[in-house]
Amino acid sequence: MRGNNIMGIIFSNLHEDLVSELTEVRIMGAVPFGGKYRLIDFPLSNMVNSGINKVGVITKSNYQSIMDHIGTGKAWDLSRKQGGLFMLPPFTNTNEYSNRVTTLNSIRPFLINSTEEYVVISDCDTICNIDYQDVCSKHLENNADITLVYKRDVIPAKLHDPAVFSFDTKGKVIDVLIDSNVTGSCSFYMNMMFIKRELLIELIDKCISKNTLNFKRDIIQGEYKNLNVYGYEFKGFSPVITSMSNYFNANMALMDPEVREDLFNSSRPIYTKVRDDMPTKYGLGSSVKNSLIANGCFIEGEVENCILFKGVHIGKGTKVSNCVIMQDTKIGTDSSLSYVIVDKDVVIKNERTLMGFLSYPVYISKGSVV
Amino acid sequence: MYPKQEVVAMLLAGGQGSRLGVLTRKIAKPAVPFGGKYRIIDFPLSNCVNSGIEAVGVLTQYQPLVLNEYIGNGQPWDLDSNSSGVRVLSPYEKIKGADWYSGTANAIYQNITYIDRYRPDYVVILSGDHIYKMDYSSMIAAHKANNADCTIAVIDVPMAEASRFGIMNTNPDGSIYEFEEKPEHPKSTNASMGIYVFSWDKLRKYLIEDEETEGSHHDFGKDILPKMLADGQRMFAYEFEGYWKDVGTIDSLWEANMDLLDPNVPLDLMEEGWKIYSRNPVVPPQYIAEGAEVQNSLIADGCSISGSVDFSVLFSNVVVKPGAVVQDSIIMPGSVIEEGAVVQYAIVSENTVIGKNAVVGARPETIVDKDQWGIAVIGDNLVIGEGVKIEPKAMISENVEGVK
Repeated sequence: MRGNNIMGIIFSNLHEDLVSELTEVRIMGAVPFGGKYRLIDFPLSNMVNSGINKVGVITKSNYQSIMDHIGTGKAWDLSRKQGGLFMLPPFTNTNEYSNRVTTLNSIRPFLINSTEEYVVISDCDTICNIDYQDVCSKHLENNADITLVYKRDVIPAKLHDPAVFSFDTKGKVIDVLIDSNVTGSCSFYMNMMFIKRELLIELIDKCISKNTLNFKRDIIQGEYKNLNVYGYEFKGFSPVITSMSNYFNANMALMDPEVREDLFNSSRPIYTKVRDDMPTKYGLGSSVKNSLIANGCFIEGEVENCILFKGVHIGKGTKVSNCVIMQDTKIGTDSSLSYVIVDKDVVIKNERTLMGFLSYPVYISKGSVV
Repeated sequence: MYPKQEVVAMLLAGGQGSRLGVLTRKIAKPAVPFGGKYRIIDFPLSNCVNSGIEAVGVLTQYQPLVLNEYIGNGQPWDLDSNSSGVRVLSPYEKIKGADWYSGTANAIYQNITYIDRYRPDYVVILSGDHIYKMDYSSMIAAHKANNADCTIAVIDVPMAEASRFGIMNTNPDGSIYEFEEKPEHPKSTNASMGIYVFSWDKLRKYLIEDEETEGSHHDFGKDILPKMLADGQRMFAYEFEGYWKDVGTIDSLWEANMDLLDPNVPLDLMEEGWKIYSRNPVVPPQYIAEGAEVQNSLIADGCSISGSVDFSVLFSNVVVKPGAVVQDSIIMPGSVIEEGAVVQYAIVSENTVIGKNAVVGARPETIVDKDQWGIAVIGDNLVIGEGVKIEPKAMISENVEGVK
């Protein structure tokens, strides 16, 4: 059965300043991840796998890459007569998309004209496999007005305006701290909200009329005392991308079979745009250890602790270790790469040596020739 | 009214492919997995699209479920246009009664209505059991240039093998003067590839005549082509150069898969502008573990490899556990090779488990009596128990209990 009275809203272009190298030529949602995915694949697939069949994707500017990736939404079963995918770029200028509140206000007609009772709102920079059906049932059980998804962990460095929650024994939010000096493990907001559609419209209208335009401060912090606001703890794999270094680590975490099992849960698979690559060719004399490799690669050299995206070529005598190498990058013969993030369509010629460090991986930008 | 299509392709996909044994017990031959992520039918379908043919009828009869589901609306091959694209054509009941497709020609005869609605000038007849990349539009151009009624694609085969094929004996201008089915003493080495281009008005007439001819097998090779030749119709051979392999037997299917591992074989499945398309399973990338050894192999997404893999083709979601060895073999989607198992010169079909320390197949050099050697084949959804030994050339269609 399809359609469950929930619609999705995805913010595809937030926090790009944190990984400015990767987002120079694309928005956050289009950042490649895990060998064959873009970050938006995760929230899109999560919503679809939770039975949501109407998803609005908010995007502010430079959205060619995301449009190209999502297309009609076919790969996520979102090319539909009822519901389906709605790309929501700004109507006139980008000023109205200056923050979450004004953005949601400018898609007010989309929200008003929808008939779904509930809305799930998510960003793209948290990578996880979450079942919103479960969030929904907890929401109903608690008779909540708003359910906020959080995780218990140390707040990643540089995370924008982290919101930290305290709960009563039933999970009701009794305190919200924003941008506090909390250290150590705490319950911080994953920027995923479950809310009644009409309540969302009401809260946005209220903010606009009072010109209080901060989503976290004016809606979450401002309203938790007036409303039934509950938390939903997500316990699975869920890194937030806040720096090149933790982007690198989030990729490398996929070498752990338990992480893969959790993130690529075969009953809730992660969909992505299809490209007709053939299976990967492992040549004579190739050696591959502890690596995640997508179709369409041709490996003649040595690969260790690496993520290789579709269509990567590793030449003879070349050794790559601890690298993330994106789509269609070609590395010649007798080169050596260690702790390098190589963007798409890069050519690294023969006998080149590139070395980074775990805490500071070297980044090679899209289309470069080394 | 349907827009006119200059060319309509008809793909004969109804055969059982009995020589593939357990591999085709539940699926038609064109649906047999090939090359790590494809099914055989991806080749003629992709060739059609890449040659600019927009209307393709697929004739199905034997075990059509998997094939029908796979073809679906034709979207993976861009064959889902508004008024054309791929159509699955199964036998159907008529006012006068119901008939199975009684032969290749009869199958086309029963679908004259489908072809007629596109008012084509030419019809291409294809079969679903060959691995090759071919531009049918060049063949059609040759057909036009020769002002031919029928053009048959031929490939040069070694003289020693010529007696296994239908041989076309031609005049210097390429016109065919004689057609010999599996001749004992072949006069030439032009083997028919089972790919025909007909001018539709001529073929239509011959199909209707053939249907009324008593004792006809309603077969292109046995009836239609000899009749057209006898009537003096303009029949030409079209020489194809490139990779072409009939994968109708276990040995040839295995060889064609292994050919993908040979850098000298001219069969690039990712050539820009001439890709082979397929349905893509939704699976994560493949994972090669710390202790794995992988060489000379083709491995698809979703696999998890911890053992040793050499000269093999692994389809999606295959698991090779630590200490397992896979050599010179084809492992189809979802199968699991447990710890310590050794699989050599074998084809393991889908979702089968090869138990711990089991041994499947053998290297030819270890067998004294070469007649006893061959590719071992394990059917789909089976469990081969712990420590079991499966002899080379065996064909296994039932579970085999483990040795305790």
